[in-house]
Amino acid sequence: MTVTAAGPLPRTPYDVAIVGAGVVGCAIARELARHPRLRVALVEAQDDVGQGTSKANTAILHTGFDATPGTLEARLVREGHTLLGAYAARNGIPVERVGALLVAWDGEQLAALPRLARKAEDNGCHDTALLGPEELYTREPHLGPGALGALHVPGESVICPWTTTLAYATQAVRAGTDLHLNTAVRDVAWDGGHRLTTSRGTLYARHLVNAAGLHADTLDRALGHDDFTVTPRRGQLLVYDKFARPLVRHILLPVPTALGKGVLVAPTVHGNVLLGPTAEDLRDKHATESTAEGLATLREKGRRILPALVEEEVTAVYAGLRAATGHEDYRITAHPGQAYVTVGGIRSTGLTASMAIAAHVTGLLAGAGLDPGPVREPEPVTLPDLGEASPRPCRRADLVAADPEYGTLVCHCERVSRGEIRDALASTIPPRGLEGLRRRTRAGAGRCQGFYCGAAVRELFERGTGS
Amino acid sequence: MTAVRHVDVLVVGAGPAGLAAAARLAAAGAGRVEVLEREPEPGGVPRHSAHGGFGTLTRPLTGPRYARLLTEAAERAGATLRTGVTALDWARGGPVVTTVGPGGPETVRARAVVLATGARERPRAARLVPGTRPAGVCTTGELQRAVHLFGQHIGTRAVVVGAEDVSYAAAGTLRAAGTEVVALVTEDPRAHTGRARAQAARLYHGIPLLTSATVTELLGHGRLSGVRVRHRDGRTAVLPCDTVVFTGDFVPDHELARRGGLVLDPGTRGPAADGAWHTSRPGVFAAGDLLHAVEPARTAALEGARAARAVLDHLAGAPWPDPGVPVLVSAPLRWITPNRVTPGARPDHHLLRTGTPPPRPVLYVHQDGRLLHRTRPVPRVALPHRTLTLTARWHDRVDPGGGPVRVSTG
Ligand SMILES: Cc1cc2nc3c(=O)[nH]c(=O)nc-3n(C[C@H](O)[C@H](O)[C@H](O)COP(=O)(O)OP(=O)(O)OC[C@H]3O[C@@H](n4cnc5c(N)ncnc54)[C@H](O)[C@@H]3O)c2cc1C
Ligand SMILES: Cc1cc2nc3c(=O)[nH]c(=O)nc-3n(C[C@H](O)[C@H](O)[C@H](O)COP(=O)(O)OP(=O)(O)OC[C@H]3O[C@@H](n4cnc5c(N)ncnc54)[C@H](O)[C@@H]3O)c2cc1C
Repeated sequence: MTVTAAGPLPRTPYDVAIVGAGVVGCAIARELARHPRLRVALVEAQDDVGQGTSKANTAILHTGFDATPGTLEARLVREGHTLLGAYAARNGIPVERVGALLVAWDGEQLAALPRLARKAEDNGCHDTALLGPEELYTREPHLGPGALGALHVPGESVICPWTTTLAYATQAVRAGTDLHLNTAVRDVAWDGGHRLTTSRGTLYARHLVNAAGLHADTLDRALGHDDFTVTPRRGQLLVYDKFARPLVRHILLPVPTALGKGVLVAPTVHGNVLLGPTAEDLRDKHATESTAEGLATLREKGRRILPALVEEEVTAVYAGLRAATGHEDYRITAHPGQAYVTVGGIRSTGLTASMAIAAHVTGLLAGAGLDPGPVREPEPVTLPDLGEASPRPCRRADLVAADPEYGTLVCHCERVSRGEIRDALASTIPPRGLEGLRRRTRAGAGRCQGFYCGAAVRELFERGTGS
Repeated sequence: MTAVRHVDVLVVGAGPAGLAAAARLAAAGAGRVEVLEREPEPGGVPRHSAHGGFGTLTRPLTGPRYARLLTEAAERAGATLRTGVTALDWARGGPVVTTVGPGGPETVRARAVVLATGARERPRAARLVPGTRPAGVCTTGELQRAVHLFGQHIGTRAVVVGAEDVSYAAAGTLRAAGTEVVALVTEDPRAHTGRARAQAARLYHGIPLLTSATVTELLGHGRLSGVRVRHRDGRTAVLPCDTVVFTGDFVPDHELARRGGLVLDPGTRGPAADGAWHTSRPGVFAAGDLLHAVEPARTAALEGARAARAVLDHLAGAPWPDPGVPVLVSAPLRWITPNRVTPGARPDHHLLRTGTPPPRPVLYVHQDGRLLHRTRPVPRVALPHRTLTLTARWHDRVDPGGGPVRVSTG
């Protein structure tokens, strides 16, 4: 098992190099890892997998009910929903099948619901239902006043985005993929093979997959393609305290307008409630900051949707950047002459579609001359289940009896034990910072944000990693 | 299902309030008195407040020393301290608490439970301070633990948000850790601390105080690079720093109280409680900063001792009081404790806090339009960082069947 974060890179050429270890790059690595004969490198600029857009989204496992029928995105989201749903169940990724309600707040929105139901049909989503106000308020008693009706989409679910990315990457690494972190690809040259100039030296590969998210256009240009430009579309989100969780049972979606999907309220598998996202077109691909206006807008909209929500405390604020390209579909293109596949424009559905994208890309690679060889299904992984729906390790008498470290809590708000932190530090892809540790264990992710546990968690991290 | 263990009194939290209650109860022969503390050591917040300001005027103590004395007193009296054990939730039927610790999950049934879970500072996210999410952002609680319990490196330049007692304590901790304090920043027109303290910071340690200024944005990726501040007059500036400490803005750590369905007071956001610290849930008492975030440790300890007296009465069979008449405050007052009037549970006095100095230094107590009491507050000058006290002499004039009592400043 190889995970590197410093030092020189191997000199022998890989069969495939994947640039970008977001949820998409990791899913592709996992898919290729099913072919044991391939030598694959997953190359990531940052110090952990899933540090880009993949860590900052609304964590919904979409059905694709509202995608534009006939697009690649519509197909891959639909397939991805099924694939990831099944994968999550096998590999211990928390999913809650809460369903979504598209809530109509005026006559125009109400009138749009039947059309959306038909669109859902076209997208293979056959179980939607129109609800009158009475049933709507029975299902969501805390909904703000004035809702006229809703479209119920039972298949919409919530999932843990961090565990998903980590599960893919862990499975790939265990099956032989080399993960090179802290490796920013600065340039690529094609000369019958790929030569990648990186922050850690040169890396050679016969085939190249560009899964660089927001930077996919830059890498694409290095290989002479001027097909698209990524314009980051920022989405700011508020995470509400776990005390807000009983206020909402479904994902509450707005009726989509020309301006985008609008602001939603969604439970998370971790037991919080999300409010967001905004949609702001920007230039700066690093503009992941939240703004006073953004937060004020969200709170105002949230107050209308679920008035009691904004009375609760906010546990976290974050922002993610969607890789918008001005084109209403993904930008997945094979360039067989260069043994190269671009996976661009994976906008606001990439978490859901990740496994289907991976299968699609593998097909394109084969078309570009890659012989993947035989298949051997990798062993399932069992990552710590961070879902609020399952008991935390400290609650499991058998586990604590076998190892009292699981009963020694460090992060009190999220009930994270010393045993879980130790396990994360010893895992296949260990965290290289406190943020990575938080995504793996939830240590420090609770309402006190470190008042009680920050120093103790840091101590364990520094001792555990010798830093 | 784990077996149920029985104790007479279960105290949750071994801070000053919990320890004082346990010491008093054990000394009075309340039976098996057990204190649960989720941290590895008892003592609560004072344990890492490695500065003076604890104890009494005649016997000043540092926080850790104070914590040790309270711990020893509780142990000497015969209370059992169980550290590393967290009270997680409630089980059905009476005061029954589920816990976890290295010994595994447990269910503990008590004849009385004293909640003394303390208070914490609201973090950056809860205060909705926009910007990036860099490392180097913390609260005083985290800072003090990092420095005094673990000797961790903090940073080179820090901005302290707030200018009250705890903010000055944070500045002191930063200096002790070798971190330069760039400024204290407060939205208020002045610092809320004793004049001597404010002057010492400014004159001896050269720490500027920015008043009428708000931290509007955190900057930097990876590590904090600065904070943007905006003055009330509209001017903005960036203060370069790698650390920012959000101080004050305390909230009770009411998770267990809320999980137990205890009625919370809208002002304090802690459990509503009467003068003997009965909460709305039979058999469950509350004491310390959980009731009011925050007061000096001595106040918390006194409340623990007062709650102990009521626990003893409860164990002796005294009936649980009805919810009682709520006591509410009007702005600029922020909260009052105790905030329920029940017969037979008259406190020595009430504690109040104000958000801004009131226009007139007079406190009125009304019920259903009827004036129950009118007085000048103690101390005379009501300032946000000062605790005001209000006599409870008017309790006999409260109509138990009437509406809420309202305390106002005019
Ligand atoms: C606000 C918001 C809400 C969303 N909600 C949902 C949702 O509910 N459900 C859903 O399915 N999807 C959702 N999405 C979309 C989803 O998050 C993305 O589609 C997905 O994360 C994209 O993954 P990625 O791997 O393509 O990109 P990223 O996660 O950005 O990964 C790209 C990686 O490439 C690395 N990289 C870039 N350039 C280089 C280089 N030159 N060298 C080395 N490494 C490089 C980056 O560091 C990064 O780690 C949402 C997105 C946003 C912003
Ligand atoms: C930074 C700072 C500086 C201060 N400086 C001073 C000063 O100089 N002088 C002064 O007089 N006062 C000072 N105070 C106030 C003083 O510390 C508090 O008044 C006092 O600690 C309150 O005591 P308490 O017992 O109510 O709560 P805490 O001291 O907060 O103790 C609560 C305890 O309960 C435990 N606990 C919480 N939940 C659970 C659970 N579910 N299970 C098990 N255990 C649990 C916690 O771990 C904690 O140990 C300061 C406070 C702070 C934050």
